[in-house]
Amino acid sequence: MKEGYELIYERPKSLIKVHNHYCPGCTHGVVHKLLAEVIDELGIENETIGVAPVGCAVLAYDYIDVDWQEAAHGRAQALATGIKRMHPDKYVFTYQGDGDLAAIGTAETVHAANRGENILVVFINNAIYGMTGGQMAPTTLEGQKTSTSPYGRVIDDMGAPVKIADMLALLPKTYYITRQTVADVKGVRAAKKALKKAFEYQKAGKGYCLVEFVANCPSNWKMTPIQSFEWTKENMFPYYPLGDVKTPEE
Amino acid sequence: MAKGYIEFDYEFCKGCELCIQACPVNTLVLTTKMNKKGYRLVEDAEGKCTGCASCALVCPDAVITVYRQKKAS
Repeated sequence: MKEGYELIYERPKSLIKVHNHYCPGCTHGVVHKLLAEVIDELGIENETIGVAPVGCAVLAYDYIDVDWQEAAHGRAQALATGIKRMHPDKYVFTYQGDGDLAAIGTAETVHAANRGENILVVFINNAIYGMTGGQMAPTTLEGQKTSTSPYGRVIDDMGAPVKIADMLALLPKTYYITRQTVADVKGVRAAKKALKKAFEYQKAGKGYCLVEFVANCPSNWKMTPIQSFEWTKENMFPYYPLGDVKTPEE
Repeated sequence: MAKGYIEFDYEFCKGCELCIQACPVNTLVLTTKMNKKGYRLVEDAEGKCTGCASCALVCPDAVITVYRQKKAS
C-alpha cells in the first residue's frame, strides 16, 4: 500500500482464492462475493453450513470457505431442513438457481417455506437453465427465446413465468422475502444489506428468509455482460420488480 | 476530490468490462494486454481514480483492491 492511503475494498477472506468456472460477467461471482463479505463481517465462517444446488452453482462449495453439503437436484431446502433441525445453533443457507428451486425443487421449496424452516434461501433467477445449455425455465419471460423455446415463450402453451417470491410471500410462516439485483453498484449495496439482514433474522430464530436475485446469463442469452445487464433492467425488472416482497411485522 | 488507486489481480480477470461501465469518472479502459487465459485487461489509464470502489463492488471475480487517500485529520 502507498503511504497515506487506506484500504477501502479487498477480496473477502471467506472467498477462496481459486479460479471459478463461471462465465465472464456472471452474477454468481458477485453473489458469492457478497455472501463471503457478509459471513466475514458477522464472523460466522465456522458456524455456517451451505447447501449447494445442482446447476451452474454446483461447485459453490469450492469457492466459499464454510461447511457445505451437496444436495440432489432441487432437494436443497429439504436437506437444509434436516441440517438446521440437527444443528439449530448453526447458520444454514441454500444457494439455488431457478432450475433447481423453481422447477425440479418446487415441492421442497413450497413445503420448507410453508413449515417456516429457520433457513436462508439464496435464489438466483436468471430466467434460463444455464448449466445445461440455455433451455426454457419456469421463470423464462414471455416471448424470450431459449434453446427449447426457439420462437419465444408462449404463455398459452407453456404457462406464465413463475414469481416464486410473490408465491411464497402468501404463506403465513415465511418471514422475510425480498427481491434484489447486482446489475449495478446501488443494487449490489442493497443486496448485501438484505443478505446481512436475513442472516441476522436467522440468528434471532425468526424463520424462513428468501433473497431472490434477478440475475443474468450472458452466455445463454448470447449477449455481452454489459448488454445482459441492460436486458435485465429492460425486461426482467418490469416482471420481477425489485424490493421487499414480504417484510416482518414489527 | 479524494484520490485513490486500484490494484488488479490480473490472473483472475475475465475481461467482462463491468468495472469499466460501473466507474463514475470513466477512468478505466480496456487495454490490448492479456492474461494467461487470453482475456484483455483493464487499466486505470487516466489516473483519475477517486477510490469509490464501484468497480470492485460489481466485479464478479473479486479482482480489484481499492485504496483511498486518508483524510487529513
